[in-house]
Amino acid sequence: MSSSIESLVNREYQYGFVTDVDTDTIPPGLNEDVIRLISSKKDEPQWLLDWRLKGYRRWLTMKEPHWPNVSYTPIDYQAQSYYSAPKSVTPLQSLDEVDPELLRTYEKLGIPLNEQKFLSGVAVDAIFDSVSVGTTMKAELMEHGIIFCSLGEAVKEHPELVQKYLGSVVPHSDNFFAALNAAAFSDGSFVYIPKGVRCPMELSTYFRINAEGTGQFERTLIIADEGSYVSYLEGCTAPKRSTSQLHAAVVELVALKDATIKYSTVQNWYAGDKEGKGGIYNFVTKRGKCAGANSKISWTQVETGSAITWKYPSVILQGDNSTGEFYSVAVVNNRQQADTGTKMIHIGRNTRSNIVSKGISAGGGQNSYRGLVKVMPKAEGARNYTQCDSMLVGNECGAHTFPYIEVGNNSAQVEHEASTSKIGEDQIFYLKQRGLSAEQAVSMIVSGFCKEVFKELPMEFALEAQQLLGITLEGSVG
Amino acid sequence: MLEIKDLRATVADKEILKGITLTVNAGEVHAVMGPNGSGKSTLAQILAGHPAYEVTGGSVTYQGENLLEMDAEVRAQRGVFLAFQYPIEIPGVSNAYFLRAAYNEIRKARGEEEVDPMSFADLMDEKMKLVEMDGAMLTRSVNMGFSGGEKKRNEILQMAVLEPKLAILDETDSGLDIDALRIVAGGVNALKRPDSATIVVTHYQRLLNYIVPDFVHVLVNGRIVRSGDKELALELEARGYDWLLDEAVA
Ligand SMILES: Nc1ncnc2c1ncn2[C@@H]1O[C@H](COP(=O)(O)OP(=O)(O)O)[C@@H](O)[C@H]1O
Ligand SMILES: [Mg+2]
Repeated sequence: MSSSIESLVNREYQYGFVTDVDTDTIPPGLNEDVIRLISSKKDEPQWLLDWRLKGYRRWLTMKEPHWPNVSYTPIDYQAQSYYSAPKSVTPLQSLDEVDPELLRTYEKLGIPLNEQKFLSGVAVDAIFDSVSVGTTMKAELMEHGIIFCSLGEAVKEHPELVQKYLGSVVPHSDNFFAALNAAAFSDGSFVYIPKGVRCPMELSTYFRINAEGTGQFERTLIIADEGSYVSYLEGCTAPKRSTSQLHAAVVELVALKDATIKYSTVQNWYAGDKEGKGGIYNFVTKRGKCAGANSKISWTQVETGSAITWKYPSVILQGDNSTGEFYSVAVVNNRQQADTGTKMIHIGRNTRSNIVSKGISAGGGQNSYRGLVKVMPKAEGARNYTQCDSMLVGNECGAHTFPYIEVGNNSAQVEHEASTSKIGEDQIFYLKQRGLSAEQAVSMIVSGFCKEVFKELPMEFALEAQQLLGITLEGSVG
Repeated sequence: MLEIKDLRATVADKEILKGITLTVNAGEVHAVMGPNGSGKSTLAQILAGHPAYEVTGGSVTYQGENLLEMDAEVRAQRGVFLAFQYPIEIPGVSNAYFLRAAYNEIRKARGEEEVDPMSFADLMDEKMKLVEMDGAMLTRSVNMGFSGGEKKRNEILQMAVLEPKLAILDETDSGLDIDALRIVAGGVNALKRPDSATIVVTHYQRLLNYIVPDFVHVLVNGRIVRSGDKELALELEARGYDWLLDEAVA
């Protein structure tokens, strides 16, 4: 067959460089002593060490889940390091004290951290391996009473908030990777928006894995107090390496009465090479709790990277009239595998959830949507709408859909729509006949397919996401 | 402008074109007629560069160059335009965005500057009038949920924007009511220039009342069995294709 949809060569991953810094790395392996060491390096209070140890002991009793539709060589949890930090980073340092080498790294990634070059309207917390390098715009945010810092810093400065909410949405015992994270979590971001405050800028965290042979186990906690609003963005990259690295993060969101949290991710971890060597194993637990009435949590994710993605950003709809949303684009090319989706747990009355999932598979990529909509008996008037679309580029890839629906209340309305389409040679030909190249054609077709999700992203990030998509799919048509 | 010599082609290992020879000069309008399945669309798609068709013999020269060696997008950039018999839907991509991207690609290829959305909007205002199209069509996704007639008008709108040198209209008339037919034909006529040529593929002679051809060719079973002037179309209208079919077999 004379097909133009063949030959898979990926463009070079742009963020695959390594930063040369002296690091303080704990030798590979995980045991109680290592956990104590991590805790002491971070100068943590006893309650937090106890919580870590609880997580660790629980983890020992758990088995790695194998229900996701992904396959990989077994992970040796004793062969990797659980803590690595640049020596030049000291606790609570200010931004002017940051190692220039690290500043250069972030600049290369397009995230300037020095005062003159701040991205306008965005505050950034930069996490490098196991530690936060610095957080921009802090003073300005503080004027509104907003706390935006690393979780490590929050433990010291705002222990009552951390102690109250840490593990309140994703407990230490939640699942295998969440328990591992509870035991060994390194740094992450902490956000608190006080009552009635609308956060005046986008908050964002940029995660960078640099060290070899280490996992990244960051933990993020965002609390939106009554009537507040925040839009938060997460970005991530890692060097190109031939061995895979584990990233087992936890994100917890708490929205109190009338509060709204909008959480957007543009995930661009290294995906491994064409043969599937290397790349990040992205096993992440993200969950939000709409704790108060009329609260809203909205997840938007654009997943372009990682060798394997295992991730189900979820919302517990506890407050009456609360709303959960999940907008997702997941693209896999070459040997990438993604098993991603969401869980919407309806507990309160008149709770609403809306799911829009767009999966794109190219090359030999395998993409699975897995979603649970659960309506509890008391969730009178609950409503869910799920739309789940898959697009195939070429013949070697796969798309799979696993929707689970559990309805415990008769008044609930649950709707599910699904479609699978193939980028047709005819569509590409039509656009080429109008003067566009094959790559422009694919990129245009895919962007059109993802439009409903892109429009949920803040403007600059929508553009970035669109470009990333183009890069990930580059070479997927000949 | 276009010289097709003994063109042979297969699709899915089946021979469809069995030696087509046709010369089209600037300023001319050629009609290609023939019964269903005779290979008219195949010829049109091959000229536009569709990868599913395999050329097994003959040659096609366009503006002095080997057309068959050019990529489909290069042909488009050099002025070859195909109005599709079945226009393709592109969900989520607005008609305006698509048209501007195409327009800019073609301008770039000609060494002209890209236009910004504002000046493009002005251009569109003018072109939309030509096909009597409603502005709302621009914000809709390309061909999504368009009626048959709207799709065909959209093809002519694209033609109006891209200003091709060689326009091939594949059954642009089928499925159009008489008003739409008049609009589409009016658009095509308005776009005619001394340095451009048009190939009108059609099943019926109806369209040729509006777009008057200089030459008419009858394609039967992969061959041009007869060529003539516009009178030939009228004869076909009166007698059908059967008498030519018989001749083709004989
Ligand atoms: N993609 C294809 N695959 C298989 N057969 C095809 C394909 N395209 C056209 N054909 C066949 O080629 C012949 C000519 O088709 P076509 O060029 O569409 O005719 P026309 O436009 O004159 O009606 C028909 O027998 C048709 O079934
Ligand atoms: Mg046809």
